[in-house]
Amino acid sequence: MITALGPVAQELGANRVVRGVKIPHPCGDPTLEPTGDHALRVGLARAALRALATKLDAAMMFDRAAP
Amino acid sequence: MSALHVVHYLNQFFGRIGAEEAGDQPFTMKEGPVGPGAGLQKELGDAGTVVATLICGDNRAATDLVAFGVEVEKALRELGPDVLVAGPGFNAGRYGLACGEACARAAALGIPAVTALNIENPGVELYRKKTYILPTTNTALGMNETLGRLARFAIRIARHEAIGSPAVEGFYGKGVHHTRILERPAADRALDMLLARMTGAKFQTELVLPPVDHVPPAAPVADIAKARLAIVTTGGIVPKGNPDGLKQSNSTEWRTYSIDGLDGLEAGKYESIHSGYDASAANANPNYVVPLDALRELEKSHAFGALYPKYIVTTGVGTAVVEARRMGREIAAELRTQGVDGVILTAT
Repeated sequence: MITALGPVAQELGANRVVRGVKIPHPCGDPTLEPTGDHALRVGLARAALRALATKLDAAMMFDRAAP
Repeated sequence: MSALHVVHYLNQFFGRIGAEEAGDQPFTMKEGPVGPGAGLQKELGDAGTVVATLICGDNRAATDLVAFGVEVEKALRELGPDVLVAGPGFNAGRYGLACGEACARAAALGIPAVTALNIENPGVELYRKKTYILPTTNTALGMNETLGRLARFAIRIARHEAIGSPAVEGFYGKGVHHTRILERPAADRALDMLLARMTGAKFQTELVLPPVDHVPPAAPVADIAKARLAIVTTGGIVPKGNPDGLKQSNSTEWRTYSIDGLDGLEAGKYESIHSGYDASAANANPNYVVPLDALRELEKSHAFGALYPKYIVTTGVGTAVVEARRMGREIAAELRTQGVDGVILTAT
């Protein structure tokens, strides 16, 4: 799950949470120039793939890797 | 004071018509108390009289709650009681729904109503905001004690007495907030609670949070390089113009839209109808909520198998937990039949 409300998501039972950017735009940042914004989104999507492939015993937050 | 007129609702079993085979028993009305109504009458004493008993088969009621509700409403208009008591329905699911619906209809007519259900009964979640629901045991073993509480509560609401908070009065919270001036300011009360907690003493919070599910983490996707993934969002991104009329809030529905052959969601062709956040960024770039452009790129570079050719959307704002749970189940079932291995859910 990608959301800017990570703690709420975990509180409500989501176990694989990727820290999103902001509530109205979890998968990008309109203040960035288009290339950086796109790279940010790809990074978040990669973090989501990593979360899906990770074996968990308890809820965990995932961050995108530094570009 | 003359005795209050009480109407009682029962299912076919407690209404002494039959067991499971009589589940389709149509709605019927009998004069005076029936079955547990006798116990209810005893507990009411001189304060109230069970003037009539409404009975309906569980299957009949639960398969068409609207039609059932219409019949309850008609009977209540005819009888004009001071109060409706339904059940207790314990942990019987269909019966619990019927008790909740009957009470909700009464309340809508301005007739005070109360039922009693076990916390696990789905009727609690669905109807607690519309009617008073008292807790009960799981099974009818708790009948006598519950009838006593129901009778006392029914007398009070029939007399339009002030009802205190759920914690004090012992009913499931309705989510109604009342403004009340207290002598001691909030900071003092909070400190009292903190001190009580530190010393292990008992205290009562003023803000009861709903219980939450603890979900064990699902197994990871076995082979991400071959996995078929779907995008699901609660962010309300729909094709421009919202062709299917998805609700902007309190959603009870979800939709699927094709992304077959698309490399991203184009601004102007999609929009956010979600009423709970500023949609300007999402409208300018719908990929902020449905990150299709990024996932296509990763799909092409074989970071995972393939994207499911549709995305699924609902609006997550003011959505009842019970509805969210149902939609989640439906979406998971649908994706499972489509051979989807994993989901990326985005939430605003």
